[in-house]
Amino acid sequence: MDQPLPPDHPGSVKGQRRFAAFRQGLAPYLLSLPAGLWLLLLFIVPLLIMLSITLKTCNPASGACVMTWSWGEFPRVVSLYHAQFVTSLIFAGAATVIDLVISFPIAYWIAFYGGRKKNFFLIMLLVPFFVSFIIRTLVWEFILSDNGIVLHFLKHNHLVPAGFHVLGTGFAVIAGLAYNYLPFTALPIYVALERIDRQVVNAAYDLYANRRVTFMRVIMPLAVPGIFAAFLLTFIPAFGDYVNQEILGGTSNTMIGTVIQNLFLIDSDYAGGASLSVVLLAISLLGIWLYARLLGSRTIEEYL
Amino acid sequence: MTRGTVNAPRQSETPEEARTTSGAKATVRLEHVTKVFDDASAVDDLNLDVMEGEFFSLLGPSGCGKTTTLRMIAGLEDPSSGRIMLGGRDVTYMAPYHRDVNTVFQSYALFPHLDVYENIAFGLRRKKVDKAEVRRRVGRILEIVDLPDFERRRVNQLSGGQQQRIALARALVNEPTLLLLDEPMSALDAKLRHQMQIELKSIQSRVGITFLYVTHDQEEAMTMSDRLVVMRHGKIEGIGTPRDVYDNPTTEFVAKFLGASNLLAGVVAGRHDDVTTVTLDDGASLSVPTSRLPAGVTSTTVKVGVRPEKISIASSEKTSTPSRNTLRGRVRVSTFTGVGNQYLVEMPSGADITVYAQNIGEELAPRSGDEVLLSWPVEHTFAVRPTADLVEAEESEL
Repeated sequence: MDQPLPPDHPGSVKGQRRFAAFRQGLAPYLLSLPAGLWLLLLFIVPLLIMLSITLKTCNPASGACVMTWSWGEFPRVVSLYHAQFVTSLIFAGAATVIDLVISFPIAYWIAFYGGRKKNFFLIMLLVPFFVSFIIRTLVWEFILSDNGIVLHFLKHNHLVPAGFHVLGTGFAVIAGLAYNYLPFTALPIYVALERIDRQVVNAAYDLYANRRVTFMRVIMPLAVPGIFAAFLLTFIPAFGDYVNQEILGGTSNTMIGTVIQNLFLIDSDYAGGASLSVVLLAISLLGIWLYARLLGSRTIEEYL
Repeated sequence: MTRGTVNAPRQSETPEEARTTSGAKATVRLEHVTKVFDDASAVDDLNLDVMEGEFFSLLGPSGCGKTTTLRMIAGLEDPSSGRIMLGGRDVTYMAPYHRDVNTVFQSYALFPHLDVYENIAFGLRRKKVDKAEVRRRVGRILEIVDLPDFERRRVNQLSGGQQQRIALARALVNEPTLLLLDEPMSALDAKLRHQMQIELKSIQSRVGITFLYVTHDQEEAMTMSDRLVVMRHGKIEGIGTPRDVYDNPTTEFVAKFLGASNLLAGVVAGRHDDVTTVTLDDGASLSVPTSRLPAGVTSTTVKVGVRPEKISIASSEKTSTPSRNTLRGRVRVSTFTGVGNQYLVEMPSGADITVYAQNIGEELAPRSGDEVLLSWPVEHTFAVRPTADLVEAEESEL
């Protein structure tokens, strides 16, 4: 260096230091920029658009919407489609309960008795779900169809009447939902059970608790956050699901997801569809809020 | 260092004597207990009596089978063969929740979803103790472990030392026949550990429950135990009072595991009623009390041992006295440690002997390079069976 650099020049020692400090202060923001942009463009902006549409009045023929600040869409869609809300609630609720009942023993067994093959068993549980959601549901349609393997076998052996069918009933939708959302139930429960310290279980045995009491007083309470997380992760998407109803439920038993889809794509009732979506979102947020209130927000980070 | 305070040995107290003098009966008796994991035996034909009211330690390096032994007594592991008696009852295959034994786990294993009170009350509630009595006993035990007013704290708000006390309280409140402690100090820092050792010992003498303590820390075991066993490869290598096992180790492994030892290989030259002469490899000859030769030595090859603090160091002009063993050497390293001096003295054979001398301000300390005379009373000399398969990894752990 022949000539001293000006102190603020990036090449000078002082300038370098200042630049380093600046970069250090900026680093977290720069690193979170891609995720931030992603969230902004694909989540926050669409959400705001959807929220604004609810307050607009749309022309069903042209699909053009004008902001009128009218709150009337909410009571209208709720009174118009409350039956579908109830159907969704029942279907999603039933599917979630079925999933909890099926997953818990599986997750329990893998967590406590899986030994060194735990990961193998987990993958076995998840492998079917590597196939696309739609394809899996279509295969369910195939399995449950009137002349599919299940009903054909049952009818052939006169276990069910010849006119018996499953497709197009609520039962098929519940079965489809339960099948498609099983991993979302099994995994959080597995995580909760897996992280229970085995010494804590031993401590319960050591303190005169037999297997049943240990299960009820120690294992279950420690699994509750996982069970609740499983409930939310299954119930919320199942509640808004329309694919299962479309493919397996036929024309009846319409769920709220199908209504929203129809409002947007067939009826061009954007304000109505957006309002229903917001109601659905509010119900989901209520569930998460309840979870946070009952079990603390820290466990949300751990399980959701 | 605690071993600096060790005095001349009392007449050695064998386990049999301890048993008869205390007049107590065994709380735990292990008969030929063996545990095999995947063809390797973790515990190998173990026979052991732990007396009522005793503070008894299972001491050994990791993988010696001490924790497996504890878990079998707790009922968390089934023995492959053998019998476990608890207070005279055969409990070998009894479920852990039917045994009158409680455990303080290494990681404490407190119930994270319960507060301090409910943690401690857990065992009492299972035993259907009535509410007022639970209240009284939990309150009392919290006083004993010196954590009153902690009842409604969540356990994850407690420090390591507090968690340990709660774990202890949770076990002790049930007033079991036997309390098992699985390395309960290992998660505590050195200062707290030392404080808890003293406290644990005082709690034990207050409640009078038999303690079976598992540790790999020889100083901890010696500080607290009435008796201890040193285990290796699933077998007992030495058993007795800490003083007994320290001063009169029976194997090379025990001698090395319990503090520093000078061990010199030699051959038994002459055996008399009270004194046996051993000739060392470099020709020097040492006397060992015949009673302190390991029983059942078949070979004539032994290792003669003396603890570093038993040796007096003097300038080489001093003449030896007949009642003492003497060795000549040259000081290689001299280190001042405050409470004393530590010397490494090189023998003519090239072997080093460690000497601790207390700083009592009497003499000018020898410096490195000085020719010195080492001497110690014959009765402080012991001989051990060489442990042939002492592998290097194990040596470094000692």
